[in-house]
Amino acid sequence: MAKFTLNGHEQAVDAAPDTPLLWVLRDHLGLTGTKYGCGMALCGACTVHLEGAPVRSCLLPLSAVEGKSITTIEGISADRSHAVQRAWIEIDVPQCGYCQSGQIMSAVALLKSNPSPSDAEIDAALSGNLCRCGTYARIRRAVHRAAELLRDGSGS
Amino acid sequence: MSARAPGHPPSRWSRRDFLKHSALAGGGLVLGVSLAAPATGPRTPGRPVSELNAWLRIGSDDSITMLVDRSEMGQGVYTALPMLIAEELEIDPARVRVVAAPVGDAYVNALNGGQVTGTSNSVPDAWEKLRKAGAQARLMLVAAAAQRFGVPASACQAAEGRVTASGRTATYGELAAAAARLPVPKDVKLKDPGQFRIIGRPQPRLDTPSKVDGTAEFGLDVRLPGMLYATVALAPQLGGRIQSIDAKAAEAMPGVRRVIASDTQAIVVADHFWQARKARDALTIRWAPGPNAQLDNAAIRARLLEAAKKPGLSALTSDDVAAPLKGGDAEKGLSQAAKRFEAVYELPMLAHATMEPMNCTADVKGSHCDLYVGTQVQSIAQAIAAEAAGLKPAQVDVHTTLLGGGFGRRLEVDFVPAAVIASKALGVPVKVVWTREDDMTNDYFRPPALEAVRAGLDAQGRLSAWALHVTSPSITARFDPTNKDPFDSVIEYVQNFPYAVANFGLNYTRQEIGIDVGYLRSVSHGPNCFAVESSIDELAQLAGKDPLAFRRELLAGKPRHLEVLRLAAERSQWGHPPAGHYQGIAFMEGYTSLIAQVAEVSIERGTLRVHRMTCVIDCGQTVNPRIIESQLESGMVYGLSAALWGDITVRNGQVQQRNFNAYRVLRLNETPQFDIHIVPSVGKPGGIGETGVPPIAPAVCNALYAATGKRVRSLPISAHGLA
Repeated sequence: MAKFTLNGHEQAVDAAPDTPLLWVLRDHLGLTGTKYGCGMALCGACTVHLEGAPVRSCLLPLSAVEGKSITTIEGISADRSHAVQRAWIEIDVPQCGYCQSGQIMSAVALLKSNPSPSDAEIDAALSGNLCRCGTYARIRRAVHRAAELLRDGSGS
Repeated sequence: MSARAPGHPPSRWSRRDFLKHSALAGGGLVLGVSLAAPATGPRTPGRPVSELNAWLRIGSDDSITMLVDRSEMGQGVYTALPMLIAEELEIDPARVRVVAAPVGDAYVNALNGGQVTGTSNSVPDAWEKLRKAGAQARLMLVAAAAQRFGVPASACQAAEGRVTASGRTATYGELAAAAARLPVPKDVKLKDPGQFRIIGRPQPRLDTPSKVDGTAEFGLDVRLPGMLYATVALAPQLGGRIQSIDAKAAEAMPGVRRVIASDTQAIVVADHFWQARKARDALTIRWAPGPNAQLDNAAIRARLLEAAKKPGLSALTSDDVAAPLKGGDAEKGLSQAAKRFEAVYELPMLAHATMEPMNCTADVKGSHCDLYVGTQVQSIAQAIAAEAAGLKPAQVDVHTTLLGGGFGRRLEVDFVPAAVIASKALGVPVKVVWTREDDMTNDYFRPPALEAVRAGLDAQGRLSAWALHVTSPSITARFDPTNKDPFDSVIEYVQNFPYAVANFGLNYTRQEIGIDVGYLRSVSHGPNCFAVESSIDELAQLAGKDPLAFRRELLAGKPRHLEVLRLAAERSQWGHPPAGHYQGIAFMEGYTSLIAQVAEVSIERGTLRVHRMTCVIDCGQTVNPRIIESQLESGMVYGLSAALWGDITVRNGQVQQRNFNAYRVLRLNETPQFDIHIVPSVGKPGGIGETGVPPIAPAVCNALYAATGKRVRSLPISAHGLA
């Protein structure tokens, strides 16, 4: 039985220790907001936070999160009130939407460590997140907008 | 697209016809015969809901639900189609709850001949139909109010979800039950564009909130009580078959419930996906390599080159070729030309590479099957699931989820039967998930093509002849192998060759390559537009004219076309790029839209960098300009990925690109700046989902020529060491 903190709550799960966290979240715990895209940490669709830092959950075995803290898209706010979510809605970033959980998790992590990122810093932080619908230009705008909301103190 | 008289057989097998024929080929099933099933999805329990028509349900609690019969794959139909109804119904679209329509007659796309999302025509098909449905419902609600108030209908006004008359008011929810019992008015007058309050104005997407908190449900996210998970072992070589299989070790692994093998795949069913995925590796399968064991790219290319020596069949006999293109004689025009030009443009195979790999969930219980799937073809998915379950199509309910990208890949249903077979065998719901590697190596690829252009200029440097000869496998022949018609969806774009030329030719040589090919976003428009716009640029150079001025000359007398070019020049500052930057232009008339793109590029340390894309479109009346802008950005990113790196290659019958490390696609840091301009227009709405894709490859290659003097006539650009 593996134990870790998931979105602020203690979580126990009975799965093989080599099971990637992605599938533990999706299939064992029913948190399907985190997506499977490539299984090789190439696309970023499975991005979650491990101790606050973005990681690709598709290659992260359950054994590696024992006792650690994990945050998923379901855990960044209860009501879409996080500044990044609000900016995403304001700019209508998603198209098909499949990659957006991963994009948002990368953006949330970036803004935590860098509240006023430049275009180049946004590019560097999010270039590991693929989007086949091509929402990239809006992602850039939305990250800037989220930074503004956070600076104004109106984000969570 | 040319109009066709009723009863006149299609003169070619276009994407919009393929469904009818594929369904026929698949055992005599006729599409659209099943009756509309009741809408699925949650409603407020205990509150009556009234059906005003096939798309609209109004609850007594004033909830408004719309059934959208096109699949949402990012292109925005779950917002744009409800807006059409909302405009005439007089409600705020933000109030609408969207559910996916079931399979039903009412939901057939008349332009595609089936319940199909494709060909960028969801809005063109719905334009009259859904506005009329909204207007009819409004008139019924008004009539119900008139009865309730005891006043004539003409005294009633409908606005913002309620009907008022002489100081009395009732909400649509209060009127819906009575309205639903009234006759449906036949003749309704729709608003003139000047009266639109919703259509043509930017509106927030209705699906965005669910896509920022992880609650949006894609096929991969379907969860049913007692559901098992499965993955499949597919042939490593295209066309390979299972000779023998030993599943003992796999079936002994934790959580594994069953291994089901057919001659083409083994389905591994387990309690969880990861268990199935690991057990798949423990299968011992001997594969018969099949007919493609020796196939590689050199052999494919050799076949196409050899076939291209034949002249092919002329498509000019087809009704679908625009009449002005038929008047001349290409050979005569070429022989009399003052200057002649010849070039062969070469296009590789491409994978769709949707972000969400193929998957499907089925729940077969007795004589019923529930199918949960992200599909662009509900009625075909229904038919193939029925076949796999041994049921009739009417016994299969298709629940369309959101699609994590479609791009034409989900016009195919190859991933559906495994879920049905496994669910039937185990008696519980089963979700089948393909891995990324399965998805990429078992795609129906965009066909490779050789596109040979021969053209001539007269003594004044004007275009006097232009002829295209395409050699490529046929997409539509997959659905009707007996088809002898020369017109095929790999040459469809050129039927509307936009430029004035006295002598025009269009020939097609069908050459199969042993691999199934499929429809990929923009289909023929991508390869054809590359040949047209690259050759026009080369001809401008041969004529000693500016590429933009040359195009303008060829579009003389077409004011809408010229306006698009003029704006593209103005907004891109054509001819005046920043120092060290170079420009290239491309134009397309397709999906009943007109589009021009200007690429601004530089070469940095031997590598191409695309800095900025100017994109001007006239797509007729807009529905939601915000979504149009997104779709154009989307098309350019999709097209640029393909232009720079897209290349599926085969060695010994195996696809060599298995994941995103080998099949490179554009990333955020490689994305150019976009400057998009929509020309105000009142024509009928044009298509937008695919329109942004084709021009970017020739625009970038034309800019590359301006920068380097090197003509890139084959894609991807990376094969030339420049990307």
